[in-house]
Amino acid sequence: MEFELSSDQKLFLATARDFLEKDYPLDRIRRTGEETTGFDRDWWARAAELGWTALLVPEELGGGSISGNGVRDLALLAEELGTGLAPGALLATNAVLAGLVAAHGTGPDHTAEIEALVAGESIASWAVYEPEGQWDPLAPALTASPLDGGGFRLEGAKDRVEAAGQADLLLVTAATPDGTAQFLVPAGADGVTVEPQRSLDLARAFGAVRFDGVRVAESALVGRPGDDRAVERQLQVALVVQCAEVCGGLVRMFDATLRWAFDRYAFGRPIASYQALKHRFADKRTWIEACQATTSAAAAAVQEESADAARLVSVAKAFVGDRSLAVLQDCVQIHGGIGVTWEHDLHLFLRRATADHSLYGTPDEHRRRVAGLAGL
Amino acid sequence: MTDTTESIESFRARARAWLADNMPRLADAARLSGDDPAHWERARELQRKLHAGGFAGICFPEEYGGLGLPYAYQQAFSEEAEGYEMPIVLNIPSFSICCATLLDVGSEEQKREHIGAAIRGEEVLCQFLSEPSGGSDLAGLITRAERDGENWVINGAKIWSTFAYGADYGLCLARTDPEKPKHDGLTMFLMPTRAPGLTMNRIRMSDGTDEFCEEFFDNVVLGPEHVVGRVNDGWTVASRQLYHERTAVGGGSIYTSGYGQPPTRSRPDIVDLVRRAGRAADPDVRRTVGEAIVMSTVHEQLVERVSAGIEGGHLPPAAASVPRLFHAEETEAHADALVRAAGASAAVASAGNAFEDVGLHYLCRQAGSLGGGSSEMARNLISERLLGMPREQAADRGIPFNQIKRGTR
Repeated sequence: MEFELSSDQKLFLATARDFLEKDYPLDRIRRTGEETTGFDRDWWARAAELGWTALLVPEELGGGSISGNGVRDLALLAEELGTGLAPGALLATNAVLAGLVAAHGTGPDHTAEIEALVAGESIASWAVYEPEGQWDPLAPALTASPLDGGGFRLEGAKDRVEAAGQADLLLVTAATPDGTAQFLVPAGADGVTVEPQRSLDLARAFGAVRFDGVRVAESALVGRPGDDRAVERQLQVALVVQCAEVCGGLVRMFDATLRWAFDRYAFGRPIASYQALKHRFADKRTWIEACQATTSAAAAAVQEESADAARLVSVAKAFVGDRSLAVLQDCVQIHGGIGVTWEHDLHLFLRRATADHSLYGTPDEHRRRVAGLAGL
Repeated sequence: MTDTTESIESFRARARAWLADNMPRLADAARLSGDDPAHWERARELQRKLHAGGFAGICFPEEYGGLGLPYAYQQAFSEEAEGYEMPIVLNIPSFSICCATLLDVGSEEQKREHIGAAIRGEEVLCQFLSEPSGGSDLAGLITRAERDGENWVINGAKIWSTFAYGADYGLCLARTDPEKPKHDGLTMFLMPTRAPGLTMNRIRMSDGTDEFCEEFFDNVVLGPEHVVGRVNDGWTVASRQLYHERTAVGGGSIYTSGYGQPPTRSRPDIVDLVRRAGRAADPDVRRTVGEAIVMSTVHEQLVERVSAGIEGGHLPPAAASVPRLFHAEETEAHADALVRAAGASAAVASAGNAFEDVGLHYLCRQAGSLGGGSSEMARNLISERLLGMPREQAADRGIPFNQIKRGTR
């Protein structure tokens, strides 16, 4: 996605690739079948040792990036892991860390939780969607009612929570009398129940979470009620990770489809020689370059916390979200029947890309956000 | 002021101060259409101002009248020049295609004379390439140049020459040896637009504008000094023009100064349009506006990425067709979005109303997909040169031009 990488960045990415290929080759993901249960916790702890959870966290909180630009490093890592369709909590944990770091110093202290997440000792996920609801992070129906003796009582439900069955901590958006707030709730707290859901993406498990009169202390608050900056930062990081990992998968499947077109013959000539297909390859090549351009511009804006970051992540999500599916479905078409079989890799990437298209705001929801940010 | 040790920031600060003192504000500028002759006088006047101030030809070499500075200085200048009246109409084709090509393949004398004159605002160049008998098959052209002693006598016709009526010279590709295969018998000439025997007409487009021209050559006589590159090596010169054209149309030329398009028919502002139409609350319309902004933003990001990729050697020069193709998609998507956003007002509007432009703009929706080589040619280039896919069968490859079959239309 980026043209110039430092030797440290190259080493970081090569290590990540080797680590993933050794333990989670595509065949292992295919074998998990439709009953996705998640990933191996020890494996995640070792991934954390490689720095996958440290990139957005300042050094004084136990983190550290590779290049000094943690968001861009995270985008590069996500692209690499997207190429290999990694399981794990890269998006979930880093989105939560982005919020915790953004809110650091503005509310109760979460240094210990941040350090445990960076070390891979604990896993966190953002509980933001609600049953039957669409993307609307600042209008939760789940309530957090202040208790007389201090603390809050959470009542409501969340769903489409990534790695819900494996998360130790849930970052829960909730309505309070003072506006939308976020709480860091232990998944083992009394009144929290997790039900697995069916996930299109075989490498990622999701779950529905009920909060029945869950009591949390004031110290579970992240930032202050009504301060939406952390939510926006979490969204921006989630979108950068989504777009970057999809870029990685797109390049891999495009290259495989191009090779197929050279190797496959019809009527005595390679199908790569037919203009009807050549022109579609040219379009796909163009769209992939554009996906990389807009993702890398979004990552740079989020890195710099520029005023335009909110707009640029939505531009990237709207574009990559739809174009990735157009590219992958055309790769299926060019493969023919083999492209829709369980044994072929294409559906694994199509599953991931469809999930990334649909979650954290659909392309259309982000188009409307772009219109709003343009003053409409 | 061509001290190459000057920092970009210092250059930028100097440009900002100079622009404020010397260039007219765009808001005060007369709205001259690009097809109005007065627009051309104005552009030359503005270019002379830039030259007098030491801010003309920023990326052209010093020995040919430029400043010899890297692209980053030109970008800084263009950013500072936003909001000022600039000679935008000189960017394409004069500077970014014609002067860029002369710089690549022109004789020392041609470079000194013509690039310098263009930078000083004294000369404008255009292209005489396409012909009525052929669009995408440029090398199949039939305009002929025959020797007469040391001179050349040119007969034939050209079409789709952008802004030719505002130009002094046209880079004219003609057949000098019909016995050779089509690419091998061509020669490029630098032809004065007011040469005796040249007749120029303007072409009225479907939206009412007339920036394109057609030319007829009836025994136009040119001396040997008008040949650009070598005789019968005109395809090499044309290839440089096409490369510079793809780069410029895609938005990535280092030789353009100032942003924006000449105001032949300016693109209506979609956000403003939706507000005037009272449709800002309609979620479908908001989606449409968002999509238009997404497409133009991604186009800008793609141009920047591919320019940097080619400049840094990470992408081959053939990648210039990628933003070119996307540019067409973006202009089509934007034209569609405007019509959808305008609703019923796209069809009927009061005269002079912004809505009037929506429908007219839509009539030329395909312009971005046709100008500077069609999108189909861009797709051929990307698939064949960037992806290495097999080339299209050609029935005229290696055959003497005068034995190739030709159509009747």
